[in-house]
Amino acid sequence: MSLKLGVPSKGRLMEKTFDWFAGHGVNIRRTGSEREYSGAVEGIAGVELVLLSAGEIPRELAAGRIHLGVTGSDLVQERIADWESRVVTLEPMGFGFADLVIAVPRCWVDVDTLDDLDAAAAAFRAAHGHRLRIATKYHRLVRDFLREAGVADYQLVDSQGATEGTVKNLTAEAIADITSTGETLRANHLKILSDGLIHRSQATLFKARAANWDGPAHECFRALAARLGLDA
Amino acid sequence: MATKAEILAQAERLHAFFRNAGAAPVQTAILQPAGTLLDLYGEDIRARAYVTADAARGELMLRPDFTVPVVQMHMKAGGDPARYTYCGEVFRRQERDPNRPNEYIQVGYELFGGDDPAAADAEVFALFSEVLSPLGLRAATGDIGLLLAAIGGLSTTPKRKAALRRHVWRPRRFRALLDRFGGRAPVPEARRRLLADLRARGIEAVMDAAGPEIGLRARADVAARLATLLEDAAEPPISAGEAEILDDILSIRETCVNALAHLRDIAVDLPAISPALDRIEARLDALAGQGIDVDLLDFEASYGRTTMEYYDGFVFGFYAETRPDLPPVASGGRYDALTRILGQGRAVPAVGGVIRPELVLALTREGGQ
Repeated sequence: MSLKLGVPSKGRLMEKTFDWFAGHGVNIRRTGSEREYSGAVEGIAGVELVLLSAGEIPRELAAGRIHLGVTGSDLVQERIADWESRVVTLEPMGFGFADLVIAVPRCWVDVDTLDDLDAAAAAFRAAHGHRLRIATKYHRLVRDFLREAGVADYQLVDSQGATEGTVKNLTAEAIADITSTGETLRANHLKILSDGLIHRSQATLFKARAANWDGPAHECFRALAARLGLDA
Repeated sequence: MATKAEILAQAERLHAFFRNAGAAPVQTAILQPAGTLLDLYGEDIRARAYVTADAARGELMLRPDFTVPVVQMHMKAGGDPARYTYCGEVFRRQERDPNRPNEYIQVGYELFGGDDPAAADAEVFALFSEVLSPLGLRAATGDIGLLLAAIGGLSTTPKRKAALRRHVWRPRRFRALLDRFGGRAPVPEARRRLLADLRARGIEAVMDAAGPEIGLRARADVAARLATLLEDAAEPPISAGEAEILDDILSIRETCVNALAHLRDIAVDLPAISPALDRIEARLDALAGQGIDVDLLDFEASYGRTTMEYYDGFVFGFYAETRPDLPPVASGGRYDALTRILGQGRAVPAVGGVIRPELVLALTREGGQ
């Protein structure tokens, strides 16, 4: 096998990925027993399917251990430092949409923009003796975004799940998390800042710059790209 | 490329120079408690420093600079005045450019206390200038204290001045604030609606309608800021004239002597900067007394605004004009406010700087070729 294609190994993301490829004339499917992580690509010689957790695909892409990979653009931008130098965005796939946003309690009627958040953070720090805490698992994206916006006097606290609950539990004052419909935010009495959209994520096909692109892999990629209708 | 042994030998030469100038050699731990650094620099430091942890001491950082531990050491036990020099590795995390070193040697000189800040500034600058003189570097100077004084002199509310002072080190946010306070940027629609609502219904009613109170930022915090917003909306904008004066100051970039003359003219309209100008003048006299040619020395009013936010007075850097790709060979400045924060109420005037010996070595070799 000369070209490794990494795809999510389970759930809706896997199914939608298979559907997307099928819709573009490439059938990929799992093989073996229901629990065995193996798969096949039909119709293009030399492509090996690698089933991986979506969260690990960025790391494999960055290291060049897979040539192509499907995962959320949020995960690639969060987990790969200087991601544009390590991977190429081949094609946004039109599913797995999620927005990474900054949200604050709805009772903060004085806070609608990042500008407000910055002012509130300064006053909060003066009154409470510590920086305003923002709970997130997207440290890199949030930090870059807030630095760019010139927001100060905040700190990030790590939250790997149930992030919307951290404000009520008094472990954070605001959050930065993924939302698709905003329902969980509303249910937890949170609102999105009007300029608080950090990243609009969707499942995306990426190409690893560091992978071995010698002869056969390149040929194989050209055949696949032609079938998928990619420019590359 | 110089070997580490060669760089260390160069570092030792610089270290000895500072010791001969009367500085006591000091050492600091490489692992520093992360809490202090995070508290000072904010979340950005995580992107620039290596963070590690253990169960006993919690989060630690590989020292990103010497200033903080040296200030802490001095605030505990230092005499007055005190001169220190140090030599050792600092660590800077590099996320984007693998060619930039993530570990390099700094040799520093710090001067605490004394009763003549101008003389202290000049002493430090002159030492750096002397030890670097064979390299033919360009020196840049500035004065954050001048900017803080200019903000203090605006005819506007203390809260607006505090907001501007807080963002002196973030030029873009500073500009946005100045435009807003000056009425040059439109009031966002949501803010306009909020203000109308507050005036119509009052603060309490608006808060009551907004949903349950959750989180540590209490109803009183929200109410206080709403009151601030109402007050601020009733304030007249910072006049176009004053905003122009500030722009004029920020754009000054000429020799120290010309800059001072220019600033004296500006002080006619903004007299609050006069004490800062007197300090600059005293410093120039002290520098001249140390043999520095102040007629040739550059002054850039915006210099030091994008560095770490602890310099609050004189700032300086030394650059190789033939190598614009290199970071400054040396840099430093005055950081009185930092000693107040780390000294838990006690403050000591402090000024100092660092040299990167590997750059000195590289430029020495380039010059020799």
